[in-house]
Order: sequence, then structure tokens, then C-alpha cells
Amino acid sequence: MPITVQIPTALRRHTAGVGSITCAASNLGELLSVLDEKFPELKSHIRDEAGQVRRFLNIYVNEEDIRFLGGPSYAFQEGDEVLLVPSIAGGSA
Amino acid sequence: MSNHDVHVDAHYELRCRECDRAWGNQPRSICDDCFSPLEVSYDYDGVRAAIAQGRFSREAISQRAPDMWRYAELLPLPRGFQPSLPVGFTPLFQAPRLAECLGAGAQNLYIKNDAVCLPTLSFKDRVVAVALSQARAFGFDTVSCSSTGNLANAVAAQAARQGFKAWIFIPADLEPAKILGTNVFGAKVVRIAGSYDQVNRLCSQIADERNWGFVNVNLRPYYAEGSKTVGFEIAEQLGWRLPDNVVVPMAGGSLITKIKKAFGELIQLGLVEDKPVKFFGAQATGCSPISTAVKTGSAEIEPQKPATIARSLAIGNPADGHYAIKTIKQSGGWSEDVSDPEVVDSIRLLAETEGIFTETAGGVTVGTAGKLYRQDRILPEETTVLCITGNGLKTTDVLAGVYQAEQPIAPKLAEFEKYLQQTLDVSEIAGTVAREETTGVGA
Repeated sequence: MPITVQIPTALRRHTAGVGSITCAASNLGELLSVLDEKFPELKSHIRDEAGQVRRFLNIYVNEEDIRFLGGPSYAFQEGDEVLLVPSIAGGSA
Repeated sequence: MSNHDVHVDAHYELRCRECDRAWGNQPRSICDDCFSPLEVSYDYDGVRAAIAQGRFSREAISQRAPDMWRYAELLPLPRGFQPSLPVGFTPLFQAPRLAECLGAGAQNLYIKNDAVCLPTLSFKDRVVAVALSQARAFGFDTVSCSSTGNLANAVAAQAARQGFKAWIFIPADLEPAKILGTNVFGAKVVRIAGSYDQVNRLCSQIADERNWGFVNVNLRPYYAEGSKTVGFEIAEQLGWRLPDNVVVPMAGGSLITKIKKAFGELIQLGLVEDKPVKFFGAQATGCSPISTAVKTGSAEIEPQKPATIARSLAIGNPADGHYAIKTIKQSGGWSEDVSDPEVVDSIRLLAETEGIFTETAGGVTVGTAGKLYRQDRILPEETTVLCITGNGLKTTDVLAGVYQAEQPIAPKLAEFEKYLQQTLDVSEIAGTVAREETTGVGA
């Protein structure tokens, strides 16, 4: 299931400057395993001590927060574009 | 000292809120190690010395110009910074008529009124003022933001004043007054067909590509410190004491955490006496990820798709939500949310009782405060401050249909007498009847 993963600048020093990869993964768990294998240095930056995705890292699939799609149970579709984006805020208060 | 001199003696730098790694001073909001947000930390010994020498004592502060720069020692301002605008130091006053309606003691309820913050009538002027000081120091010629409206206005206005180019990213369906109130300053306004959360996500990607000073992305740690001035002012305006309770509207969740930080700094520095303060968060039910987490006992945010007229609070995935929850729970406070009709009723209530026209976020705060009094979470005898963060003239669309346009009458006294008689026949206004009794008009 080829999908594309965009890696933000903040994390590229752990990917030897690579900003985008195409890989096969059927769900989030598999995608994280692919990233772990491909970029071992990245692991501790995107997962916490318990192996969970870090609190302040948001994951989007085709511009939708993966949590609205079922989170870990979402089955990637061919051609999905996955974004790793740090959490930031704005608004009135 | 002149009105615009500021004293900056404290050293400050960015630190990760989770792993405590120091990052110096640079345009950056995220710790590369753990992806957690950065926050400004200070060398408080320097501030203590300024207090001991009388340069930053209560008395010295009270003699400074009435704006937020009077707390410069506790803000991340570059050396030599000269403010270009008197931002902040908005009124704090008792609200006895509103208190009566909410069930509060007449002398115990206060409004902190940032609906009249300069230059653009919302508390966002404070955060932008600090962010642009750093934008200049870091050498940016373009500043930018993602915004639900008030921030757009504040960035556009202050960028114009200081000669920055401004690019503003907003959800396309924003209130017309907030769009116009950004266009007028000459900013480039980019309307995005999506929610604020999508605009926000896009901006973090753009910030990766462009050398722009995004006030709420790469300048965010500095920007957020500006919110502390709300807390400093509340304490000073209460006579250098802390309230029992603060009710704060929540969008990204930053303001409530920064008011807590401000109170904590004042206590730590001995500028106020230590006492417990409860923090209460207010949200609209149609976008209530933080209040939902508090009410269900969760420590984490479950993102929502916003559906509320309170668009300035419509952030479904609040970045500081985790810290807002922590602030509320640790203080013994609570969080509530109110429906859109309650927001409109509360806007009207504040206007009719205290003469303050607030935007939807203010309606959320007042409506939530009413709930908290009814739930006995806030008691009438406790000193309570409601934070009103924006101006109603920016969101008049939510009142469309509430007031019917009256038929005009001819400019003749007899016509007016007739009109008055008709009005009195259906009058629900006690004051009008009382006036009739005392003056004999309308019989």
C-alpha cells in the first residue's frame, strides 16, 4: 500500500535531510515501524518512553487529523499523503 | 523616565516545557528532541535585584506609564527595545449589576475589560506586541499568523505601525468585520477554505518553508508571554492582591496558563501574597475539547470539529489544551461550556447590566460564569474576575435578527406621544413606567 510521508524540517536532522518518503504501510502502527527501521534516530523523537506517538505531534492523512479517521485503526489507502506536524495554537484565548 | 522607556534587566531564554532542554533565543517553538512546546524562562535573580533596588518595586511599577510595558522585567523583550504603542493596562472594575444577575456578591465580581485593549480591541494586541519586538530582533521583514480574527487584526495593525509586511491566514468563513479589520491595515489576507485547525496546520508547513516571523508558530513562546500581562494587571489593579477565582475563555488554552504563570511569578518575587487562586475555563459547547476533558476527568484532549458562533474560540485541537487542563485541575477550578443561544443571551446581559459590548468569546465567559455560580463552584463572597477578551463590534452578525428595526415616525410631538402610548401599552421596560409615574408623561 504505497503512501507518502512528509517529514517536517524540525525532524529532518534525524533523517539525513530527507523530507519525504514513499513506503508501504497499512496502518499507523506499521508506518511507525517503517520509520523506526528507516530512520533509527527518529524513533525517540516521535514516540514517548511508552512507545506512543508524542503528545505534541499531530498526524494528518490527506489534511485530516488521523484521530478523526479512527487513529491507529485507520487503514491507509493507496496514495494517502501523511503529514507529521507539530502542535501549535492561536485563536482568541 | 519617559512614557516609553522600558527597563529590561532580566535574562531569558527558551526551554522545553517537558525535557527542560535550553534553546537560547531563536525563532522556534518546538523542542527538536521531544517535539514539545518551548517556553520562555527567566533569570529571576535579576528581577529580584531590580525589586530590591527599588527599580521594579510595587511603587516603581505604579509610577510607570499605564500600559503593559510597565512589567517589562517579566517579558521577553530584546535589549534596547522601544515600544511603539501603549498596549494593555485595560480597565478592571466591579460589576455589581451583572453580579446580581449571576448570583454573585455585588462587591465581589470584577470585569477585566480587554474589549478596549489598544490598538485593535482584543487581548491579542498584548501577545502581538511582544512577538513583533522579537520579530524585529531576529531580522524578519515579514510577519504572519494563522488566526480566528482577533489575532489577524492585531498583527495587521501593529505590522503597519512598525513597517513590517504582513501575511494573514484565516478560515474563509470568518466574521466580515474581522476580515475588513485586517484588510484595512494593508495586510495580505489569505482566506483558506477550511477550519482554523486546518489553517493552523498549513501555517506550520509554510513556516517551515519561508523566512517569516509567524507570531503563533516560530515566535510563539515569546508571543505567549504577552498574555501574562493580563494577570499582572489584575493583581495590581486589585491593589496588589490575587483574586479567589478567574474565569477565562479558552481557544488554544494558552491564556489561562499564562495568567497562572503571571500570578506565580508575582508570588515568587514577593510582589503579592501567596494565596490559592482557582482557574475556571470557559468554552462554547460547539467547540469544547478542554471543558469536555475536565468534566470527564481526562488529562488529554480529544479533538473536535468546531460548530459554534464563537469563532474566536473555535479551535478543535488546542495545542495548550493539556496544560490548560492541568492548570484548572491543580487549582481546584473547573471548566464549563455554554450553547450558542446562551452566548447571545450573555452578550446582551453584559451589555444591559454593565454597558460592555463584548464579542462571542465574552458571551462564553459570562454564560459560563453564570453556570459556575449556579453550581456553587464559585461562591458569591469570593473575589472573582471575568476576563473579557474581545469587542462586540467585531461580531455583530450574531445579533442579526435579535433587534427589529423600528418603523420611523414623523418629526412631530403628537406622533411621538402616540408612539410612546403604543410603546407603553406593550412595554416590558420597568424603567419606562417609573419615568411615567415621576414625570406624568404618557398619561
